[in-house]
Amino acid sequence: MSKEKVKVAFYWCASCGGCEEAVVDALAFLEDKMLDVLEQLEIVFWPVAIDMKRSDVEALKDGEIVVSFINGAIRLSEQEDMVKLLRRKSKIVIAYGACSYMGGIPSLANLHDREKIFNYIYKEAPTIVNPTGVVPQTEVEVPEGKLELPLFYNTVRALDQVIDVDYYIPGCPPAPETTVNALQALLSGQLPPKGSVIGAGNRALCDECPLNETKPEKIAITEFKRLATSAPEPDKCFLAQGFVCMGPVTREGCGARCIKVNRPCQGCYGPLDNVTDYGARAASYLASILDVPPDSKAIEKALSNLPDPIGKFYMFSLAKSLFKGKVVKK
Amino acid sequence: MSEGREIVVDPITRLEGHGKITIFLDEKGNVKRAYFQLPELRGFEIFCLGREAEDMPIITPRICGVCPSAHHMASTKATDDLYKVDPPSTAKKIRELFYNLFMCEDHLLHIYILAGPDFLVGPKAPKAERNVIGIIKRFKDVALKLIKVRKDIRDIMQLIGGKPIHPVLGVPGGVTKQITEEDRKKIVEVGKETLDFALLTHKIFKDLMEKNEEVRKIMFSEAYREETYYMGLVDDKNRVNFYDGKIRVVDPKGNEHAKFDVHDYVEYIAEHVEPWTYMRMPFLRKIGWAGLKDGPDSGIYCVAPLARLNAADGMATPRAQEAYEELYELYGERPIHYTMAFHLARVVETIYSAERVIELAEDPEITDPNIRTLPTETPSVGIAVVEAPRGTLIHHYETDEKGLLTKVNLIVATQQNNPRICLDIDKAAKAFIKEGKVDEGILNMIEMAFRAYDPCHACGTHSVPGTIPLVIEIYDNKRKLIKKISNF
Repeated sequence: MSKEKVKVAFYWCASCGGCEEAVVDALAFLEDKMLDVLEQLEIVFWPVAIDMKRSDVEALKDGEIVVSFINGAIRLSEQEDMVKLLRRKSKIVIAYGACSYMGGIPSLANLHDREKIFNYIYKEAPTIVNPTGVVPQTEVEVPEGKLELPLFYNTVRALDQVIDVDYYIPGCPPAPETTVNALQALLSGQLPPKGSVIGAGNRALCDECPLNETKPEKIAITEFKRLATSAPEPDKCFLAQGFVCMGPVTREGCGARCIKVNRPCQGCYGPLDNVTDYGARAASYLASILDVPPDSKAIEKALSNLPDPIGKFYMFSLAKSLFKGKVVKK
Repeated sequence: MSEGREIVVDPITRLEGHGKITIFLDEKGNVKRAYFQLPELRGFEIFCLGREAEDMPIITPRICGVCPSAHHMASTKATDDLYKVDPPSTAKKIRELFYNLFMCEDHLLHIYILAGPDFLVGPKAPKAERNVIGIIKRFKDVALKLIKVRKDIRDIMQLIGGKPIHPVLGVPGGVTKQITEEDRKKIVEVGKETLDFALLTHKIFKDLMEKNEEVRKIMFSEAYREETYYMGLVDDKNRVNFYDGKIRVVDPKGNEHAKFDVHDYVEYIAEHVEPWTYMRMPFLRKIGWAGLKDGPDSGIYCVAPLARLNAADGMATPRAQEAYEELYELYGERPIHYTMAFHLARVVETIYSAERVIELAEDPEITDPNIRTLPTETPSVGIAVVEAPRGTLIHHYETDEKGLLTKVNLIVATQQNNPRICLDIDKAAKAFIKEGKVDEGILNMIEMAFRAYDPCHACGTHSVPGTIPLVIEIYDNKRKLIKKISNF
């Protein structure tokens, strides 16, 4: 053991825990090589797996951690503090997974505010019995003393809206192959320019899709079909059949796992390089394959099976969209 | 020490979705009251509004990346109901097969990684050993087998559901992909491998109960005993089922309090709000909210493995039924009120799930190509239930005629155990903290109270080492910090 180990940290913010499982799955995916890879790493911080505290991170020299992998969106002030600390202590910060990279599904909450959420959850839901209208408070006096809760913020942010991020690993969650590719790139030191997505290539998902051979040169559809009321033929390009499939505008790298079980792509890997707004890109692509007369009625009819464009196009990236959310008028 | 003091037990393994325990002491240093607070709320019920119904089985698994399959399945079944469509028999079997694979994998993870160290390594073993590493050291062969079984199960889940984390097989009226003969054979093999491993796990726990006095003492500890109601899904013979059935509730004496279809859940389940936690407190509407206390006059009820066993009359597969009977014999009471029996109930359920996987994979109908009934009705209201690893899970959707969500109500497993967890933690704190004496082992005993339920606070407590770092701050009654202890 002459080579010095690479110090890494893993941290989670507002996430579902799936990214932690994804890291474990990636290690299991390595099989026999798992120990070789682990040998090269020194995990200095990973709250889910090892007992290390914030003060251990504070005690490190600035830049001493080689790579910090941070998953989850940013919602609470304590998350903001922690990622700022990790930024200072790390040479490289990686946004791991769709929430950290683009805000993820939790950022759909940016269409609403705290008040609306509180009113429904604690007062209006059908099971609630709350005659006096009690809602949780950040400070409450109980007979024995005072209890505190952290503040619930109005908006959800992606990691690079809070700190400087060096690289991104896409996916909800990242496929084991993606994580392993990224790890290998990091360990070999052969890294692309700062700001790049690593672990996955820069082709569209269509290029690795098993149905790509059946995708016509030029797709022309007259209406969209919904998965609720139609079923795609399994061996034929879903988009050509009229189902919204994000393949053409989504980065490759997942192994087309959803498509392999006959579910069109939802776009969790996000955009290809140099695309500012994933949803806008998706919308403009889908508009380009619509083959209908340019009068408003025909377009309206063609789009009638696309009733929730925000949910469809920004399912994983609302925080990073150009319009970011919705202004809630009081 | 003559003044009231406050201890804050704040697990910092997770800044969002973690549980926080605040303990108030009286002037003698005994516990006045312990509060269990949940500082987590994400508002899925609101931001799902306006989404397409068929996207709900994609969106809701992101509530929890450890049990995404439970949300996926509850959501898929709610969309069946919404479009008033009955999936073909094969589709239901494929879903149930997938679901039981998930239950095996999730239960095993909990048994060995999360709560296992408390028992297999020992509740008072040094912290540095009371984790998954400690388990690998003491049970190396078992640990290696666990890693293999988990990977094999997840590979099959990928085959059927696309992704083990956030699966995509469910659509209104069926599933997206049929099972081939080749797949079927593989699934039978993995099912058998899992059953062997579940039986081995059962034996390990049985030996432990027989040979380890310390473990036995905890398993029967009065400090972890609450006489509450129990809820679980049962089939037409009142046997445990994870995928479908009626919701049955038994009272603290074991008599049936209710048996209802999930569509009537609002008649039976209500929720109370406290200002000091973000988590709602579900209770039985017909009994009523009587505050945080147990007994027949308090509507507090319990879900998850032990509750399911208590609410049923037995298991639907032979080896699980044997283990079920042994468990009740061991405790000599029915229902079992000892919270620590959750761990043994989880093992019984793992045996059942593995047996059910084999049964379904050996069913000739499982490879039938008819896997979807296309909806034709206009959607309106959809309500469905499954048993998640952590308890009864209800998804309730209402939509406009286009199938866009206008209302969402989710009764999540962990939520329902919240009141009982509060009771357990208060009781455990009172039993284990006397005259201000607090050591690490004692604090772990308090944590064990809620680890038993495997509470999935956005997966907050799925901490691999099985220990949650704690910081304890002791204040006098003028709220001046007089002492700080931490176990990390």
